[in-house]
Amino acid sequence: MSTQALLEPSDTAEVAAVKQRFSLKEWIFTTDHKRVAVLYMIGAFAAFFVAGLMAMLMRTELASLGPTVTADPSTYNTWLYFHGAAMILGYQIPALTGFFANYYVPLMIGAKDVAFPRVNALSVWLFWMGIILALLTFVIPDPPDIMWTGYPPYSILTGGNTAFYTFTVLLMGFSSIAGGVNFLTTIIYMRAPGVTWGKMNMFIWCTLAAFIIQIIFVPVLGSAVTMLTFDKYLGTSFFNPAAGGSPLIYENLFWFYSHPAVYVIFLPAIGLIYEIIATFARNRIFNYKKIVYYGVMGVVGLGGIVWAHHLYVAGIPNWMILIHVFMTLIISVPVGLLMIGLLGTLYKGSIHYATPMLYAAGFLFLFLIGGLTGIPNAMSSIYIHLTDTYWMPGHFHYVMAISMTTAIIGGTYYVFPKMTGRMYNETLGRIGFILFFVGVNITFMFTMIMGVKGMPRRYYDYQQFPEIEWMQQIATVGSYIIFLGALVVLISWLHGAFYGRKVGRNPWGSRSLEWTHAPSPPPPGNYGDGVKLPDDWNPYGYGK
Amino acid sequence: MNKLKSWSKIALSAATPLLAFPGLAMAEGAGAPDLRAGWDELWHELMIDIWVIGIIFALITLYLLIKYRRRRHDEEGSAPRLSKLASFGWVFVPAFLFMADDIFLAAKNFELWNKMREVPEGAYEIKVEGFMWGFDITHPGGATATNELRVPEGTPVKASLSSRDVVHSFFLPDYRVKWDMVPGMNTYLWFNSGAPGEHVMTCAEYCGTMHSGMYGKVIVMPKAEFDKWVKENAPAPEKHS
Repeated sequence: MSTQALLEPSDTAEVAAVKQRFSLKEWIFTTDHKRVAVLYMIGAFAAFFVAGLMAMLMRTELASLGPTVTADPSTYNTWLYFHGAAMILGYQIPALTGFFANYYVPLMIGAKDVAFPRVNALSVWLFWMGIILALLTFVIPDPPDIMWTGYPPYSILTGGNTAFYTFTVLLMGFSSIAGGVNFLTTIIYMRAPGVTWGKMNMFIWCTLAAFIIQIIFVPVLGSAVTMLTFDKYLGTSFFNPAAGGSPLIYENLFWFYSHPAVYVIFLPAIGLIYEIIATFARNRIFNYKKIVYYGVMGVVGLGGIVWAHHLYVAGIPNWMILIHVFMTLIISVPVGLLMIGLLGTLYKGSIHYATPMLYAAGFLFLFLIGGLTGIPNAMSSIYIHLTDTYWMPGHFHYVMAISMTTAIIGGTYYVFPKMTGRMYNETLGRIGFILFFVGVNITFMFTMIMGVKGMPRRYYDYQQFPEIEWMQQIATVGSYIIFLGALVVLISWLHGAFYGRKVGRNPWGSRSLEWTHAPSPPPPGNYGDGVKLPDDWNPYGYGK
Repeated sequence: MNKLKSWSKIALSAATPLLAFPGLAMAEGAGAPDLRAGWDELWHELMIDIWVIGIIFALITLYLLIKYRRRRHDEEGSAPRLSKLASFGWVFVPAFLFMADDIFLAAKNFELWNKMREVPEGAYEIKVEGFMWGFDITHPGGATATNELRVPEGTPVKASLSSRDVVHSFFLPDYRVKWDMVPGMNTYLWFNSGAPGEHVMTCAEYCGTMHSGMYGKVIVMPKAEFDKWVKENAPAPEKHS
C-alpha cells in the first residue's frame, strides 16, 4: 500500500494561513516561540554541520598511521575540542531544549506563546552569541585546545585561549537557565483548560524534567569554568597544584554538571521518540503515569548522584567509588522503564513506517546498544581498562551522539509538515535514514572494538598500535557514509521546504493538540480564541 | 529461553575473534592474583550478560515492529488498559530484575576491584613520573630510565605515580590497568609482570599537543638479566670531598 493512502486526507483549505514578506529585522527581534524555535534550529544544525566536518577531518587523519591531513597535532586537537564542545553545547542541548521545546511546548499545551516571550528572545540571542564565539575558534590565533572537558592544570598552562571556552560555556549556560525559567513557568501556568498534569504529552514531561536538571546543575559548571579562567588570567589557584590548588575539585565540579547534562539531552530526546511512536503506532502510551513517575522522575532523582563514574581512576576516595558504582548501575532501572514504555506503546499498535517512525525504530536499537555498553563503564574494575580508550567514544556516541541524533532528525521530520505546511520527499527521507543507520553502526562498532584492544582516545596518531590501522580505516569509511546520509537529509529538508506538496493540519492523523487544533504552519498566537477541549480529550486518545 | 541462550552463544562466538586478545602467557608472580586473567574473565561474563539482555530486547522490539505494522489506513492501535496491579507490576517486576542483575554485577566488580587496589606483599616498587610528554622511571636502587619500564618476570610490580606538570594517565593495555597521574598527588597501581616480553605503556589522559606521542615500553626481563641491568645502571656512589 502506498504511503499516500495510509495518511489522512489533507485539509488544504487552512494552509493559506499567513503569508508574509521576509524581513530580517522581524526575525532577529521576534518573540514568537515558533520563530525563536527556527532560530535555534538554524544555529543548532549549523553547529552540527561544522562539528561534523571536524569529525570528517579527524577520521581522515586517523585513516593512516602518521600525518595524513595535517602534520600538526595542535590542529587536530583544536578540531577535536570544537567537535566535542560544539556537538554538546551548540547542537544537542540547543536542538532539544531550544528548538523542540520552543516549537512544541506552547503548541502541545494549548498556549498562545511562552510565559516570557522577551526572555525567550534573550535566550536565543545569547545562544547565537555563543555559537559565533565558538566559531571564532577557527579565526583567532592560539585557539583553545583543551577538549570540551577543559581539565586543569593543562587548561591553565596551555598557550591556547581558554577564555573562549569559558565564555562560550557561560553564554550557552545563561541562555539555558533563561530558557529553563521560561519553560517551567510556561508548563506550570499556561496549560489550556483540560490539559491536566495527567494528560500532558510525554515530551512536555520530559522537557519539564530536563529543565529542572538544567537549572540545578548549570550554575555549577558556570562556576567551575569561571574559576578556571580566574586561575589562568587572574593568578588565583583554585585548581592549580603548583600553588596548592586541586585539579580533582574541577574534575568533580565539571562532571557534577556534565553527567546530568547527558540526561538533559536524553530526556527530551526520548520524549520526542514517545511522540513519534504514539502518533505512528496510533496507540496509547503504555503505563503512562508510572512511566512518568518512575521513569522520567527516576532519572531526575538519580541523575545527580552518579557523576563520579567518570572519575574512578582519577584519584577519588574508595567510599565515593563504592556509592557511585551502585548508583550508576541502578540508573538502569528508570532508563529501562522508559524503554519498556516505548516497546509497550508498540504493542497492539498500528505502525506506519514514514521517515520519522524509521528514525524512532532505529533509536530503539541504537539506544539499546548504547545503554548496554554503559554497564561495563559503571563497574570500576572493568572501567579501569576501558576508560579513556576508544571504548568510551564508541559507547557515548551510541548512547548520546547517534541515539539522540536519531531523535533530533526524526523529530525534525515529524514536525516538518507542521512547521512548513509542506511534506518532505519520503524517498529521500528513507535513503538518508538507511545511510545514517548503516554508517553509524560501522563507525562506532569498530570504535568500541579498538577501545577494548587498548587504543586511547584523543590521539592524533597511534604509532604504538599499528595493528589497528585497518579498523581505523573501516571506521573512517563508515563516517563518510554518515556524512553522505546527513547531506541527503539536508537536501530532503531544503527540497521539501520549497517544493514539497502542501499538507493540511494533521497529515499524520495524530490526536495531539498541535496537530488537531492548529493549522500548518500555525499563525502567531497559535490558537486564536484559545482551545476548548472535551472532557474525554487525551493527546493519546486512540482506539476508543 | 534456551533458544535465546544458544543464539547468544552463536553471536558471542562470532564476535569473539574481534573481542579476544592476542594470547600472552602470564606466569603467576609470587602467589599474587593475575589481574589480566581476572579482568578477561569478568569481561566475558559481562559480555554474556549484555548479549543475552540485548538479544532478548532486540528480538522483542523486532517482533513488535513487524507484527503490528499498519494494514488499513484507518486502523488504530488497541492497547489494553492496564489494571492498577498490572501497572505496578510493569514497574516493579522489571525494576527488581534489573536491580538483581545490578547487584550481582556490583558484587563481581568489587571482588576484582579489591584485588586491583590491594598491592601484594613483596611487590617490586617503582616510581613513575609523568611529564609533557613522557614517563620518567626510578628504580629502588636508583637506576633511572625514560619511557622504558624494565621489570623482572613473574613479579608483582607497584608503580607509584605522580606528575610533574599536568594530569596524565598511566595505561598498560596488556595488563588491563591504568591510573591517573595527578600533579600534587601520589597515586598508584600494581600489575603482575608475567613472562618476559614487551608491552605498550601509554598516556590515556589528554595532556596537550603530543599526547599521542607519550608512550613507551614495559620490558619484562628474566630475573638474572634484570638484576644485571639494575646493577649496571645504578648511579655511581657519590664522591665525598
